[in-house]
Amino acid sequence: MSKPSNLLSWIDERIPLTNTWNKHVGQYYAPKNFNFWYYFGSLALLVLVLQIVTGIFLTMNYKADGDLAFKSVEYIMRDVNWGWLIRYMHSTGASMFFVVVYLHMMRAIMYGSYKKPRELLWIFGMLIYLVLMAEAFMGYLLPWGQMSFWGAQVIISLFGAIPFVGDAITLWLRGDYVVADSTLNRFFALHVIAMPLVLIGLVFVHIIALHEVGSNNPDGIDIKEKKDANGKPLDGIPFHPYYTVKDLVGVTVFFIVFFAIVFFAPEMGGYFLEHANYIPADPLKTPEHIAPVWYFTPFYAILRAVPSQFGGVIAMFAAIAVLFFLPWIDRGPVRSVRYRSNAYKLILTLFVIAFIVLGYYGMQPVTPAGTVISRLCALMYFGFFVALWFISGDEKTKPLPERVNY
Amino acid sequence: MATDHVAPGKDGNPEGVDKKRRRLLTNTAGVVGAAGALSMVVPFVSSMAPSARAKAAGAPVEIDISKLEPGERVIVEWRGKPVWVLRRTEDLLGSLDIVKDELRDPDSDDSDQPAYAKNEYRSRDSQPEVLVMVGICTHLGCSPTFRPEVAPADLGDDWQGGFFCPCHGSRFDIAGRVYKGVPAPTNLEVPPYYYMTENRILVGEDGGQA
Repeated sequence: MSKPSNLLSWIDERIPLTNTWNKHVGQYYAPKNFNFWYYFGSLALLVLVLQIVTGIFLTMNYKADGDLAFKSVEYIMRDVNWGWLIRYMHSTGASMFFVVVYLHMMRAIMYGSYKKPRELLWIFGMLIYLVLMAEAFMGYLLPWGQMSFWGAQVIISLFGAIPFVGDAITLWLRGDYVVADSTLNRFFALHVIAMPLVLIGLVFVHIIALHEVGSNNPDGIDIKEKKDANGKPLDGIPFHPYYTVKDLVGVTVFFIVFFAIVFFAPEMGGYFLEHANYIPADPLKTPEHIAPVWYFTPFYAILRAVPSQFGGVIAMFAAIAVLFFLPWIDRGPVRSVRYRSNAYKLILTLFVIAFIVLGYYGMQPVTPAGTVISRLCALMYFGFFVALWFISGDEKTKPLPERVNY
Repeated sequence: MATDHVAPGKDGNPEGVDKKRRRLLTNTAGVVGAAGALSMVVPFVSSMAPSARAKAAGAPVEIDISKLEPGERVIVEWRGKPVWVLRRTEDLLGSLDIVKDELRDPDSDDSDQPAYAKNEYRSRDSQPEVLVMVGICTHLGCSPTFRPEVAPADLGDDWQGGFFCPCHGSRFDIAGRVYKGVPAPTNLEVPPYYYMTENRILVGEDGGQA
């Protein structure tokens, strides 16, 4: 027991520490051609840790009570030592979580990382995205401001559109006839314990699934097909030290951006923290203009684009659900956009434009022009998946390279 | 079956093991256990439904309308929801006929209201100009804004006065009847109410006159 190596072997005989390290970090061979887009997975993990740590410290001073919640948040901002920093890190972290997750998903779509054999990896990722949305939505109620209250009122009422059982479900979700103290309390419970537990579990499974099938890369070809004498992929490098160091660069740049927002623009002009949320919740008065936080607005715009209550709700949920089927909608064997047809590049570009435009109109008040444009973009959004099915059936792709390119 | 190390007997079963009996016991225990676990769902799910206290907090609310001028609206809280009491002007009441063809449910056949409010004014006969209404949009639960003015810039030239929901753009006339082509499916809800005296309204009860 005198030397550290002895301690390590003592541990290794009892729990597979070295094995686990090697399998997932030390000798996990990742393609050597990762580019900028590959920062966002590790950054998402970083933000998850940030949210959990800042969240724990916020709960030490927050009160989940209809009469006290708003005041306790102001108390955190004004009287708790460094409370403003911890809260702004948490609120900025929420938005930045979606920034990195959207970019991470874009990477997966662009380089075909959802395709065989990574279908389950993609599905676990989509589940993480779903839970993240629930987590963010419930967290947004906790400050108990006007936008918290009416946002929750609207989102919970979405379930009221379900035929026959809708009203019973909304009543059960709220625990009262309107959004009230009971709603706040249960959202707090779900936000601080239930959803984070599920999230961590899903992230664990997501990483296990990734390490089982191996990372995709910008060329979308399989590096395991070309191996050296030792059975290591020729185009692979160990995650540590190569990608741990690369990711540290990403972390540094990310923190510069992150803290620039925290210190200089924590409200981000009303996009990260909406102005109406600085008014305590008033069940008798809806704010003049109500909009969800930016990361929900593309789906909100789809909801508003459909001129029927049930239809709008269906379209909104379908917009998320359809992503789960992406591995099977896309029938082409070629993964990376680099080697796919111009038709594919066109519909992918239109899809991204539609998503961004929907996001913009989801933030704006209802206008006739906005509704027309939202409807057009909603059609483009769903049209992507329809077009993808047809294009990928018999697609003229470019020849794949033997080895990866940078 | 975890019997790999036991010497096989006849029929391929391990020596001295009654596989049928073992399977019966395992299945029975499984079914009973699953039933127990399933029945535990009831208390947990049920604990999230409105509590006895939440159900009890629904007392009727009394409103004095003696000082309510024509065109004026007051908002009171009933069961946590906003309830509007509005005294409509002659002009506003006159608009009800004009807009009739543009409404989805002009006769309130598919909407929520007590029988005595199922009329063009959606109010009691004794004072048709007084509107009592739950100020919650039937779409997704926002509270619509009161827009009594005619043809404002943002609502268009055809606007005859009514209610506009800022959340998703649903439009209602001055009796809370929904227009066609907007997301709200039905007219705004009229709560049970009655006149205790000429100027005193009790919201939440019909006074036995339903």
